Amino acid sequence: MKNALGVVDSVVVLGGRSEIGRAIARRLVRDGASRVVLAVRGGAAADAAVELGELGATVTVVDFDALDVDSHERLVRSIFASLGDVDVVVSAVGELGDQARYEREPAAAAASVRTNLVGHVSTGLAVAACLRAQGHGTLVVLSSVAGIRTRRSNFVYGCAKAGLDGFALGLADALHGTGATVMAVRPGYVHTAMSAHVPPAPMSVTVEDVADAVADGLRRGAVVVWVPQRLAGVFAVLRLLPRSVWRRMPT
Amino acid sequence: MFVEADHAQRALVSGWGRTVPTAATVRRPRSVAETAAILGSAGPRGVIARGLGRAYGDAAQNAGGTVIDCTGLAGMRLDPETGVVTAAAGMSVDALLRALIPHGWFVPVSPGTRQVTVGGAIAADIHGKNHHRDGSFSEALSSLRLILPSGEHRLVDRSDGRLFQATVGGMGLTGVIVEATFRCIPIRTSRMRVDTVRAANLEEALALMAEGDDAYRYSVAWIDLLARGPALGRSVLTRGDHAEPAELTPRDAVDPLGFDPRVRLGVPPWAPSGLLNPMTVRAFNELWFRRAPRERRGEIQPLAGFFHPLDALAEWNRLYGRRGFLQYQFLLPFGAEGTLQEIVERVSASGVASFLAVLKRLGAASGGWMSFPAPGWTLTLDVPVRPRVLGLTRDLDAAVLAAGGRVYLAKDSVLRADAVERMYPRVMDFRALRSEIDPQRILRSDLARRLEL
Ligand SMILES: Cc1cc2nc3c(=O)[nH]c(=O)nc-3n(C[C@H](O)[C@H](O)[C@H](O)COP(=O)(O)OP(=O)(O)OC[C@H]3O[C@@H](n4cnc5c(N)ncnc54)[C@H](O)[C@@H]3O)c2cc1C
Ligand SMILES: NC(=O)c1ccc[n+]([C@@H]2O[C@H](COP(=O)([O-])OP(=O)(O)OC[C@H]3O[C@@H](n4cnc5c(N)ncnc54)[C@H](OP(=O)(O)O)[C@@H]3O)[C@@H](O)[C@H]2O)c1
Repeated sequence: MKNALGVVDSVVVLGGRSEIGRAIARRLVRDGASRVVLAVRGGAAADAAVELGELGATVTVVDFDALDVDSHERLVRSIFASLGDVDVVVSAVGELGDQARYEREPAAAAASVRTNLVGHVSTGLAVAACLRAQGHGTLVVLSSVAGIRTRRSNFVYGCAKAGLDGFALGLADALHGTGATVMAVRPGYVHTAMSAHVPPAPMSVTVEDVADAVADGLRRGAVVVWVPQRLAGVFAVLRLLPRSVWRRMPT
Repeated sequence: MFVEADHAQRALVSGWGRTVPTAATVRRPRSVAETAAILGSAGPRGVIARGLGRAYGDAAQNAGGTVIDCTGLAGMRLDPETGVVTAAAGMSVDALLRALIPHGWFVPVSPGTRQVTVGGAIAADIHGKNHHRDGSFSEALSSLRLILPSGEHRLVDRSDGRLFQATVGGMGLTGVIVEATFRCIPIRTSRMRVDTVRAANLEEALALMAEGDDAYRYSVAWIDLLARGPALGRSVLTRGDHAEPAELTPRDAVDPLGFDPRVRLGVPPWAPSGLLNPMTVRAFNELWFRRAPRERRGEIQPLAGFFHPLDALAEWNRLYGRRGFLQYQFLLPFGAEGTLQEIVERVSASGVASFLAVLKRLGAASGGWMSFPAPGWTLTLDVPVRPRVLGLTRDLDAAVLAAGGRVYLAKDSVLRADAVERMYPRVMDFRALRSEIDPQRILRSDLARRLEL
């Protein structure tokens, strides 16, 4: 159970090899979480499990494919059944992809939307049902500023994130009053392998910054968390830019 | 179906600190039979009893399960000759006092608020300003009626040693208490005769209490945890006894046992959450310390002012804003005064806004396995939820543990499971008894989940 200062005990990371997901798990374990389940493609996440184990957590790794939506409900239930009460589920699956390729290969673009949006919908709803039944817990959804206003340079990824962000906020409203909560995390540019091939945008952050923001958001019961926080103001302005200007934004 | 269908009846439930609300189905039985029926039909996430929700943390909440609001279990009998009361578990101390005082009786233990139930008083084995003299609530208790998780109805007295000692202080985890029989304190007036004295610092406060407490039935010190340097731990001691009729003014003497305290104000829902910040609290504490007399003897005060000053302000817990606050209450055994000094220094240096904290010298322990009080010093402080508070509570937990102390479960909302075993050595027996009487763990609370009780 989460305590009065937002320290949690049990954590599930969907996409458990994700750099950001791992950083969040490390942070929550350092703060006191003792049990972690990593759900990963192929069912193996040796490095991540060892790292969390060394920090003192008991770690279980399970097989999870974000594209296999039919398996999600059963998988999520079995994780809840084995872990007991779940305080936090981090939905960290994602793939940035290559916009130019997507424009050449429409099927690849659609597949990336399945990863970045569709799989989150089936896992998210299954997680929500379990959290609702236990009367507490938080689903942390890794959205992105890319979905706040989709850009010419990465709108396939961006449209999936826009959908995901909308899904997260709608689900947050649906769960209002049930004890379960949803937190949408909107990082800007995060230095990871995923983003290494893209030149860093201004106000870039590290995975540790994202983890800190998530831990703080859990304490505050935040529904939306921007990383860095300043991006909230920046995007309030960017959203208003005329389309003719926005279209020419470099990244 | 995996997900139960009746989520619609659920409500968010939290403790007095309003920190971690969770959703549960709240039921309010009107009779013992109804209470037993609710236990009998418990779902997979179990049941816990709740009184008036004055425990600060998560003791009376049960995420995803059922919470039995016991305030519908009302009624009492008083033997006016002996002062023995049999009261339904949902009776509040407020209602009890209004019924008892006109007959010349006072509750064996009064907490800092009248808004607690008899069930909650027993489940937390509460202590009051008279602990050094009279012990905790269970010392006055001769028997209680308990509905076991099996639905079985049992009259538990001291001959039923294990169940009795597990239930007093057992935080509702042995069954639902539906009635209790206890002995009250005879009084001849509804007024207190109070001596007030200022202590310039912690050392002086401890010395004054150690020397003088035994001369009074009731004793407590209010301590300013924001004061620093030579004033660290400055306190105001208020100690007293029930007044005698001859001490009352002619006006009060007309009705020596009159008792009708009012709730004057409520905190409006729009009260800004920053109202209590280090600056306002520091200013308040300063004013309060200066206003207190250096020494005043024999002042006659109404009972409510002496015991329940906060009750005049309804829902004062809202002052801490949306994120709520925690109350941290710990006990240090006699001999650990050095640790107490260190903790006061640590809290003072942290500058975390805390209203006046309360310092009390405790007497002998009751036999309750999970009861909090034991010989030593107990300090209670309010801490608003802020990021840096986490480090503070960790440090305090560690210091308290190292000195052989413990924190009070009725207040707690941050402790970790591994610490409980060291603070409450009888938790092993407690768990074993729970396994005997409740193998399926029908009785569950968020506190029990968090602390693996
Ligand atoms: C302003 C203030 C001052 C306080 N001062 C003191 C003090 O001086 N000394 C002190 O010891 N405490 C003090 N407390 C704490 C309070 O006395 C305890 O938390 C008490 O348990 C609250 O009673 P309640 O009826 O509100 O119970 P709740 O808060 O509703 O429940 C507390 C616990 O009792 C259990 N419980 C409640 N009813 C039953 C029942 N019928 N059967 C079985 N279990 C039950 C619950 O499961 C839970 O574990 C204070 C609290 C406040 C808010
Ligand atoms: N990095 C950034 O700049 C940035 C900015 C904003 C938001 N985000 C979002 O944050 C989240 C985490 O990103 P990250 O930076 O940590 O990237 P990452 O390390 O690449 O993590 C993404 C994870 O998703 C997993 N995944 C992809 N497809 C999957 C599938 N079909 N089934 C199961 N798992 C699958 C990957 O698994 P494998 O290990 O098997 O490849 C990988 O571990 C993503 O949602 C991302 O969009 C990132």
